[in-house]
Amino acid sequence: MTGERGGSVMRLRGLVRKEFLQIVRDPSSIAIAFLMPIFLLVLFGYGVSLDADHVPLAVVAEAPSQDSADFTASLQGSHYFKPRILASMSEAELALREGEVDGIIRLRPDFSRRMRQADGAPIQVVVDGVDANTARLVMGYVEGAWGSWLAAKAAGNGQSLTTPVDLQPRIWFNSELRSRNYLVPGLVAIIMTLIGALLTALVMAREWERGTMEALMVTPVSMTEVLLGKLFAYFVLGTGGMLLTVGLSVWLFEVPLRGSFWVLWACSSLFLLAALGMGLTISTLARSQFVAGQVAIIATFLPAFLLSGFIFDIGSMPAPVQVVTHLIVARYFVTIVQTLFLAGDVWPVILPNAAALAVMAAIFLTITWRKSRKRLD
Amino acid sequence: MWQRILALVHKEFLALLKDPKSRMVLIVPPLIQLLVFGYAATFDLKEVPYAVYNEDRGAASRDLLAAFHGAPSFSQVAELHSEGEIAPLVDARNALVVLHIGPRFSADLLAGNPAPLQVIIDGRNSNTAMISLNYVRSVVDSFNNDWIAARGLQGPPARLEMRAWFNPNLDSRWYFIPGIIGMLTLVVTMLVTALTVAREREQGTFDQLLVTPLRLGEILIGKTVPGFVIGIVQATLILLVATLWFKVPLLGSLPAFYVGLALFLLSGVGAGLLISSLAATQQQGLLGAFLFMVPAVILSGFATPIANMPQAVQTLTLIDPLRYFLIILRKVFLEGAGFDVLYNQLWPMAVIGAVTLMLAGWLFRHRMY
Repeated sequence: MTGERGGSVMRLRGLVRKEFLQIVRDPSSIAIAFLMPIFLLVLFGYGVSLDADHVPLAVVAEAPSQDSADFTASLQGSHYFKPRILASMSEAELALREGEVDGIIRLRPDFSRRMRQADGAPIQVVVDGVDANTARLVMGYVEGAWGSWLAAKAAGNGQSLTTPVDLQPRIWFNSELRSRNYLVPGLVAIIMTLIGALLTALVMAREWERGTMEALMVTPVSMTEVLLGKLFAYFVLGTGGMLLTVGLSVWLFEVPLRGSFWVLWACSSLFLLAALGMGLTISTLARSQFVAGQVAIIATFLPAFLLSGFIFDIGSMPAPVQVVTHLIVARYFVTIVQTLFLAGDVWPVILPNAAALAVMAAIFLTITWRKSRKRLD
Repeated sequence: MWQRILALVHKEFLALLKDPKSRMVLIVPPLIQLLVFGYAATFDLKEVPYAVYNEDRGAASRDLLAAFHGAPSFSQVAELHSEGEIAPLVDARNALVVLHIGPRFSADLLAGNPAPLQVIIDGRNSNTAMISLNYVRSVVDSFNNDWIAARGLQGPPARLEMRAWFNPNLDSRWYFIPGIIGMLTLVVTMLVTALTVAREREQGTFDQLLVTPLRLGEILIGKTVPGFVIGIVQATLILLVATLWFKVPLLGSLPAFYVGLALFLLSGVGAGLLISSLAATQQQGLLGAFLFMVPAVILSGFATPIANMPQAVQTLTLIDPLRYFLIILRKVFLEGAGFDVLYNQLWPMAVIGAVTLMLAGWLFRHRMY
């Protein structure tokens, strides 16, 4: 019995050694584990941002006056805008149509006069609604500039502005609303999904296609050992990639890691098992590298990008789509990393999602294990 | 010569479509993905889950809360009775917004002093936080306006009248669905092209192909046509779903769309073949496909505007064919654009396509293993 077990350990060690040799001989696996995370995280960490700055705006004062100049100056003072003074509304409309500006601010000829009337002067604001999200941001920024202009004006006249209810927002976890703090942790999850699935998507199919699986079958190793050998080798590689992405997020992008590193490490390991399991499942079911590669392209990146809550809030999706998101492994990990990075060790968020990851990993690995019995077709 | 090309194209289609699994992968998932993604891709926040912690007993705070209760974009999830209940609720993501009204709220308001309303927002998703803050602000603004009007107080000397053109309800689905068409088309071209040459290399059939009388140009055409044809068919299906199912308005010219699509496919197929001819194994081909596809999608301006990127990254997006195709899609769909507006988007794709295809053809012969 003990001899049998000792043999198993020896066989496993041999298989792991074989996997590592294969990894070293074809450097693409190493590139996947180490170069891809650096490349993607640096590119996206700098490239992906929802914070609009220096938004080009057309300002049309149809009868320039001290008041209109005052208001325009308050826009110029804000780093959110890059105002362009245009003479007429038709010029401004053309600029908006051609995409040169994202919005128009129009002060009508009677602006000064109506400011002294009871109901106040209207300021017409037109935004380009094609990009609805940026449009909403621009509206919010204009409102902010308008509010501070009113306050400054009232203070200049020695009055205080009539504000019945004074809104005092406190944004928790990300007080400056830096979109990078929210996107970079999600990127860690997306990148890990790709690494995990890419590493293993082809490995089983490759053995079948090249006939080396049959060669392994005639040896005393069991299928479980073959799978464990692959899982172990790629798990080590994937963990390296994970440490790299987390390190870059914290040191290069200065995203605060408020939760504990060990919790993050444990959750990442679970997630990595699920992602590797998904790759192995694809590989086992497809049997040919070509089909496995196609499935990996279809099933990993876009679902993880769009359905994980990385960029689109799952709470805003219709209920049936929210149900579908539960099939996406990355969804659970995105929730965990966003909370771990920005809020800390919040167990009511972490535990259910970690449990879901464990279940997904178990399902994928079981499918792989059951489907790769020693048999020849 | 045409006979030879035809035979090669026939063989390429067979290689792609003969395997039922491969046939399935090419046709069904992109359509399902369009349906799911079309609903998933939205920045519109329908219901902000909020909680209330009201320490005030006056009528004014009740009126303000009634305004939130009646607003369609808010749904109350909890009523809190102590400050200590706020943190666990927000931490666990049960409430996105907490409205905290202090004990002197009504008294301050009636005395004509500014009455503070503390609003706590979960900032983990900064975009959702920003949108919900804007929603809160608009409820408070209209409450303030009513208060001022009812009591004949002096209002602000200027007010904003905001409107959005092209998309008055600011429905972001219209913005994203054309983008999804572009992304799925890119994925389909990658599916067809990224692994073809690598597979033949790995199996040794590519060397055989090189010693046949086929010229390099002919092999290149033979490898390009399937990706091109499948891309056109798939994009047409996706276009039909987008307009008939999602009812995205198609205001612009259809020929402009197809010319844009053709050039985009050319550049996508070119990039895919280039990756494939650089790769010695299918594993490398797959890696290359991801290293191209993922940045191409993320830097295309699909979800995060290119204008928000730093200058160096903006320059990098100039070699991303999806960037140009997305502009075409959005302009043709939502703004009714024709060829005149799109010329500047068309030629860069043609250049990318020509360069990548030529490089791929050159590598067919010059990268041997």
